[in-house]
Amino acid sequence: MHAFEYHRPSNVRQAAALLQKNEDAKIVAGGHTLLPTMKQRLAAPSALVDLGAMGELRGIEKKGRAVVIGAMSTHADVATSDVVAEAIPGLAKLAELIGDPAVRHRGTIGGSIANNDPAADYPAACIGLGATIITNKRKIVAEEFFTGMFDTALDEGEIITKVSFPIPAKAAYAKFRNPASRYALAGVFVSKRGSDIRVAVTGAGSDGVFRWSEAEEALAKRFAPKSLDGMSPPASGMNTDIHADAEYRAHLVGVMARRAVAAATGR
Amino acid sequence: MASVTMTVNGKSVTADVDPRTLLAQFVREHLRLTGTHVGCDTSQCGACVVHVDGKAVKACTMLAVQADGCEVLTIEGLANGAELHPMQAAFREHHGLQCGYCTPGMIMTAVDMVNRLGSDLDEATIRHELEGNICRCTGYHNIVRAVETGAKAMTEGGARQAAE
Ligand SMILES: Cc1cc2nc3c(=O)[nH]c(=O)nc-3n(C[C@H](O)[C@H](O)[C@H](O)COP(=O)(O)OP(=O)(O)OC[C@H]3O[C@@H](n4cnc5c(N)ncnc54)[C@H](O)[C@@H]3O)c2cc1C
Ligand code: FES
Ligand code: FES
Repeated sequence: MHAFEYHRPSNVRQAAALLQKNEDAKIVAGGHTLLPTMKQRLAAPSALVDLGAMGELRGIEKKGRAVVIGAMSTHADVATSDVVAEAIPGLAKLAELIGDPAVRHRGTIGGSIANNDPAADYPAACIGLGATIITNKRKIVAEEFFTGMFDTALDEGEIITKVSFPIPAKAAYAKFRNPASRYALAGVFVSKRGSDIRVAVTGAGSDGVFRWSEAEEALAKRFAPKSLDGMSPPASGMNTDIHADAEYRAHLVGVMARRAVAAATGR
Repeated sequence: MASVTMTVNGKSVTADVDPRTLLAQFVREHLRLTGTHVGCDTSQCGACVVHVDGKAVKACTMLAVQADGCEVLTIEGLANGAELHPMQAAFREHHGLQCGYCTPGMIMTAVDMVNRLGSDLDEATIRHELEGNICRCTGYHNIVRAVETGAKAMTEGGARQAAE
């Protein structure tokens, strides 16, 4: 790891000022993506701005018809939150499936979303529930936030403060885990909120998380696993790597989508 | 250099460290608490697990400066003088180790598991909860039995303490 300066500001305004002043500075949240990357010297920030001391970025609350989660909430916070379990149990389940217990004690929702790993779980929940990502500057709807593998709409130095998830009537997540890394080989988040039906796919697409519109149309007719019988997205848009080829990933997406709908409808 | 102050195994420590010092490095090289092992250094194996503010974390993937102001518990802090912690005793009784490299992390993870989930743990839960801890020797069987026994002994010990 290359040397860096370390800052631990106590509020978002100070953090933003530090990020503006230090051009190559980076935010560190749980550090569970950034520190491994720095050890490999794939990243060498001149300074780290640690969001760890900011109580204002933690906490989970129900606000009207949404669950609002602070960016520094850990995966364990979300997995064990009564508020989340009651309003969007599928989201608590998703957090529970990330990594292992120690990873869930450090990794945060803000860090996961900012990183937009194509195999990460939270991007599927954000798109699958129609979430809004709230930063120190603005609000961004999920579809406009995730702009491709490891790429987001965040500006340089912009800080995610909260994520707001509208509460659906039904929702669930199904994930086929890479048995070694536990990231998603294919993960599908489905939800139904009035006529808004969403099927968001992570882990499989060659350009990161995406909405599978054919499945959404089929579920609009009837929100049941049977509606997706025999369906899978075209393999041409899927990723191929040593873990799985595009055909297999496409197949898994169909299977995970049916499982997610089954879980959402209690079948 | 950055100054850090934290409580490690009940003792307050203050030190000046290079900010890139990992918590694992800090406890091993600065405090000479070498029971915390570094196996993979890539957050996969769990040999480095310690508790920070009561929660199991991989100390190879946390900076020492991030633990500023925290309570840290390492494997050295578990035993009560010469008397082993019930989870340590269970690992000995069930031979839950061969080379012992993974053992400190296994035990710290196991204690965290009991803290979160209680002492009535079935085999499937224990195996699932141990997925961030890798053992190259044992095949896990005796580790799982040790955790099961250690978990039960932890509440019995707690009950005994409360009764006293
Ligand atoms: C062994 C292991 C297994 C894992 N398994 C999974 C898995 O199954 N599924 C999964 O989804 N993930 C998995 N992860 C990743 C884990 O969820 C990470 O915690 C997460 O991707 C990054 O969150 P973090 O808080 O650690 O962020 P950090 O590593 O601190 O930061 C990541 C990036 O986001 C930026 N950032 C952080 N917070 C903010 C913010 N509030 N605003 C703007 N930018 C910010 C940082 O500058 C950095 O570029 C795994 C990680 C490990 C080590
Ligand atoms: S050394 Fe930390 S997880 Fe392997
Ligand atoms: S006993 Fe040797 S690695 Fe587990």
